[in-house]
Amino acid sequence: MSAATGQRQFPVLMRVFHWLTAAMVLTMLGIGLAMVASLADYHRLVSIHRPLGILILIVVVIRFINRRFSTLPPFPATMSPQERSVASASELLLYALLVVQPLVGWGMLSAARYPIMLYGSLHLFPILPHSVMLYAVLRTAHTVLAYLLFLTFLAHFGAVLFHTWVVRDGTFSRMAPWRVRAH
Amino acid sequence: MALYLSCFLRESKLADTRYLGRLAGTGIVVLGVAGVFLYLGGWFNTETLTPARFADGFERADGIHSGFRLNHAKGVCVSGSFESNGRGTRLSKAVVFQAGRIPIIGRFSLAGGDPYIADEPEMVRGLGLLFKLPDGEEWRTAMINTPVFAVSTPQAFYDRLVASQPDPRTGKPDPRKMAGFLASHPETVRAAKIIRSHPASSGFDNSTYYGLNAFWFVDGSGTSTPVRWSVVPEQPFAAADTAVAQGDRNYLFDALIASIHQHPLQWRLIVTIGQPNDPTNDATLPWPDAREQLEAGTLTLDRVESEATGRCRDINFDPLILPEGMAPSDDPLLSARSAVYSQSFTRRAGEQKLPSAVTPSEVRK
Repeated sequence: MSAATGQRQFPVLMRVFHWLTAAMVLTMLGIGLAMVASLADYHRLVSIHRPLGILILIVVVIRFINRRFSTLPPFPATMSPQERSVASASELLLYALLVVQPLVGWGMLSAARYPIMLYGSLHLFPILPHSVMLYAVLRTAHTVLAYLLFLTFLAHFGAVLFHTWVVRDGTFSRMAPWRVRAH
Repeated sequence: MALYLSCFLRESKLADTRYLGRLAGTGIVVLGVAGVFLYLGGWFNTETLTPARFADGFERADGIHSGFRLNHAKGVCVSGSFESNGRGTRLSKAVVFQAGRIPIIGRFSLAGGDPYIADEPEMVRGLGLLFKLPDGEEWRTAMINTPVFAVSTPQAFYDRLVASQPDPRTGKPDPRKMAGFLASHPETVRAAKIIRSHPASSGFDNSTYYGLNAFWFVDGSGTSTPVRWSVVPEQPFAAADTAVAQGDRNYLFDALIASIHQHPLQWRLIVTIGQPNDPTNDATLPWPDAREQLEAGTLTLDRVESEATGRCRDINFDPLILPEGMAPSDDPLLSARSAVYSQSFTRRAGEQKLPSAVTPSEVRK
């Protein structure tokens, strides 16, 4: 199905990737916020945080490749050219953050000379030399990027909610997990 | 936001109350979602003890010392190796217990947040170790020279820290505050009695260091055993002599440096095997003396360096960096130690590094 024949929804695989990423990233934001404020659950949460971050990196890379080979539905007619460019830019920003944030996490653990344990004895190799100053910069960057990711998610969520609920142009159905038939 | 506002004005739906209601609803939902996440991050809770508040407590008690650890601030770097005899594989599949030699980075330290404090014999001594396993895993442990810990929970640790904080008027801790703490913490009083029954040795080199918290060792078949560990010195015990301390602020460290220059220092790694009913969640409680002990190998430390040139300063001896085959117990101190050590590491990483009390020239002497 292509845009020309009235495609309204993203292809199935793109929607699967979208909701998979959404679930993982929202879990990750919750874990990240909770673990830095927790004594009792810190270790348990960090132990999930590290492998989940790497999983997100892998999924986002595959997702981005899949996107390149997929046919996207057109923007709703209700969106102005400005809104379309903002939507495209925010999509690009989300992709960039989802790739950069795990890399910064991996890099900062490398610079701190922590073993980067994933599961059991499975661990990652360091990608940066041991330098606590580098660690300090990347650790701050990890927090800043996390809040930027959080704000970008809120903007994305708010924009879809606005279009679907206030403008009522069926924006949500484009990415709905279920099949939505064209009118 | 400006874009939506312009779109909203363009469509001139200001008069449509249902439209306005939905618009307000959108805002409320978005704020609600943001609120749930910030709630998870403890943004609306100013009471609960967090790693950051814990670190602030250390800074209030001992002052801010740029580039130093919040606790065990005064220290010196050592290195050497661990020779495993293979006997530990009975309890744990961790690579560290397979027979063979493993490189070690270590750090001797004194408890407290002041990196320039004058050495005294009864100060708590620490030994942090990093075992670098051949498969890339690591085992890190931070031990002290008392057989049990003074507190059993993170909150009690913090409350004791606050109680021992110097009073701004007198510059000394208020004895009434510590008495108040002890009155509500009988476990600390009991632990102090046990600690006093183990008199301090003369130096770092002939001290026993205890891992304190219980852990689980997991063998190849998946069987878990509760354990505690310690390193017992080959250097003969001599009682601490308070007279030696006079005049040399670094006398404990200087004695260690002299001792290590003379000959390599050795400790036996002793694993104490717990029984099913032994407490694993309370570091103030000793296990019965009759518990089986397994000697897993010998630790040799043959090199000493100042923090300025050694590799230990920029290492976090987080007790929860464990290889496969070791797991944390239900001791609440463990996760809290990991969190607060990490907080301390992150704070000092970004700070300017001031010279340590034990200088490179002192180590060369």
